[in-house]
Amino acid sequence: MTNPAPTRRADNGVNVDALLTARAALTDAPDGARFKWRATSQWVNGTHSRATVDGFYGLGEEQRHRRSWEFDSDHPEIFASADNGATPVEYVLVGLAGCLSAGIAAVAQNRNIQLHSVRATLEAGMDLQGVLGIDERVRNGFDGIRVHYEIDADATPEQIAALVAQSQKRSAVFDIVANPTDVTVTSSKA
Amino acid sequence: MNGGTRRAVDVAVVGGGQCGLAMSRALSQRAVDHVVIERGEVANAWRTERWDSLRLLTPNWMCRLPGQPYDGDDPDGYMGAADVAAFLARYAERVRAPLVTRTAVRRVAPGTSGGYFVGTDRADWHCRAVVLASGACSRPVVPRLAADLPPSVAQWTARDYRRPADLAPGGVLVVGASATGLQLALELRRSGRPVWLATGEHVRMPRVYRGRDVQWWMLASGVLDQRIEAMDDPLRARRLPSPQLVGSDSRATLDLNAVQREGVEVCGRLAGVRGKQALFSGSLRNVCALADLKMNRLLDGFDAWARAQGRDGEFGPVERFEPTAVAAAPRLGIELGSEVRSIVWATGYRPDFGWLDLPAVFDRRGELRHDRGVVAAPGLYVLGLPFLRRRKSSFIHGAEDDVRELATHLFAHLDRAAAAQPCVAAAAGFDTRRASC
Repeated sequence: MTNPAPTRRADNGVNVDALLTARAALTDAPDGARFKWRATSQWVNGTHSRATVDGFYGLGEEQRHRRSWEFDSDHPEIFASADNGATPVEYVLVGLAGCLSAGIAAVAQNRNIQLHSVRATLEAGMDLQGVLGIDERVRNGFDGIRVHYEIDADATPEQIAALVAQSQKRSAVFDIVANPTDVTVTSSKA
Repeated sequence: MNGGTRRAVDVAVVGGGQCGLAMSRALSQRAVDHVVIERGEVANAWRTERWDSLRLLTPNWMCRLPGQPYDGDDPDGYMGAADVAAFLARYAERVRAPLVTRTAVRRVAPGTSGGYFVGTDRADWHCRAVVLASGACSRPVVPRLAADLPPSVAQWTARDYRRPADLAPGGVLVVGASATGLQLALELRRSGRPVWLATGEHVRMPRVYRGRDVQWWMLASGVLDQRIEAMDDPLRARRLPSPQLVGSDSRATLDLNAVQREGVEVCGRLAGVRGKQALFSGSLRNVCALADLKMNRLLDGFDAWARAQGRDGEFGPVERFEPTAVAAAPRLGIELGSEVRSIVWATGYRPDFGWLDLPAVFDRRGELRHDRGVVAAPGLYVLGLPFLRRRKSSFIHGAEDDVRELATHLFAHLDRAAAAQPCVAAAAGFDTRRASC
């Protein structure tokens, strides 16, 4: 705020001006801020499914990704599966890492901090006695998620810690995994 | 109206607390005809809407108003609510505020020929300008999920709460980690109850830093005088919860570590209710990390200020405090009705302008539209809201600068109004027994 104007702009490849413009525009037009994210999934065989992401809704109209993205999910061979893709729970870690790292880049850009490398290591504990129905007291999902960031940047350790903290505060996936979300699953006969 | 009288004044001040009284003094000094309308007695909220053990978060020497320094014999102590009420009552007498007490404003609307109509349960006024000084803490904010709680849990707000003995025996969930939340959690814990504290984003600071009250540092180093227009995110600055502080004789620090030492269990933000389970967010570690980082930046700022002033030698050594302790596996849920018998909502307050019949002055979210106290309607002003103009705007001593600046704006408005329309009151056919125009 009161710092002298920086002589060199950090460049983390994030268009902060566009983000700030969008923030201002969506403050005045809240309907445009209401997005819907979508995926479709086709069962292939066994524990193998293939999900596709291409369209979503936002800024008041249907939108498309630059191209379709496909994601194979399966289970590893120790579960007697073919391991045609990442385990679904691993996709949760992928989503969390992607969201937090994007946030770190954006916050760093906004604070004029040049990043050189941002490496996240994620680990989630899970007791299979839950999903296998062995012990009712054990939940199906993670018993916790640990994320460690190793960041090389032109910043003090405190500034780096503040980047990571601010990113969590504004992260959609962090919110989704840390807070309850209402889930509705319906079905119909094709 | 109710058959009450109608009067004309230049200015109606709604609320007889620190801001309304300080504005009254400024108006009197300029001989502006005005009235201060107070729903109860002077300092009503301080008399009737505070818990028993409450003390100000600022030391007594900071308890001052225009023309009224602190004149007691305990400058480093912290006033209770009754002391504040007495201080304000003395001030009202001293500035000879034209008070109309026990009179509740029911409606403020555009006047028939310019200016404003102010309707109360006793009498009506017509005026050229209105100053909203009814306070920032009129309405406790309770999250929507309060409606999902089972009836077996008694719900209290910080405004209703008075003392631990009023609560049913058994566990208490205190929601909110502001000064209020921590103070109530601690006194409820000391009453022998199991207490959980749901903790979202919060502001941590020591009571005393390098031998001086933290509020001294905030004032001396200029933090309290920071202006809203200098803030990167003014909305956020205005919504910041009160810092975790308590005014006590021991000047002890009140933070999450302190309440945990006494057995309060700290949980994440209250994120939802599922049946009889209250669910806590998994974000506790991060909100604690954020608060620790921010506290250290604040203290860094104090140290830098002291060095720059060449005053480093006046204070004790630089201190840094233990990071906030977070349990290895913080609790993510609790059973309502059995474990938790009562919930205390310490989730903040909002002002209440429900009687303001001027739709254009509210934004989409129902909040008053104003530029640093100048409301989006000519001749309408608001005082005493958090960070209205400066960080200190909602502090007692914060009234002085805001009142001076907004009074200047108000005088200019009255001059313009007078030039444009020589006699609003006469034109409106009101009783002009006092020479208001």
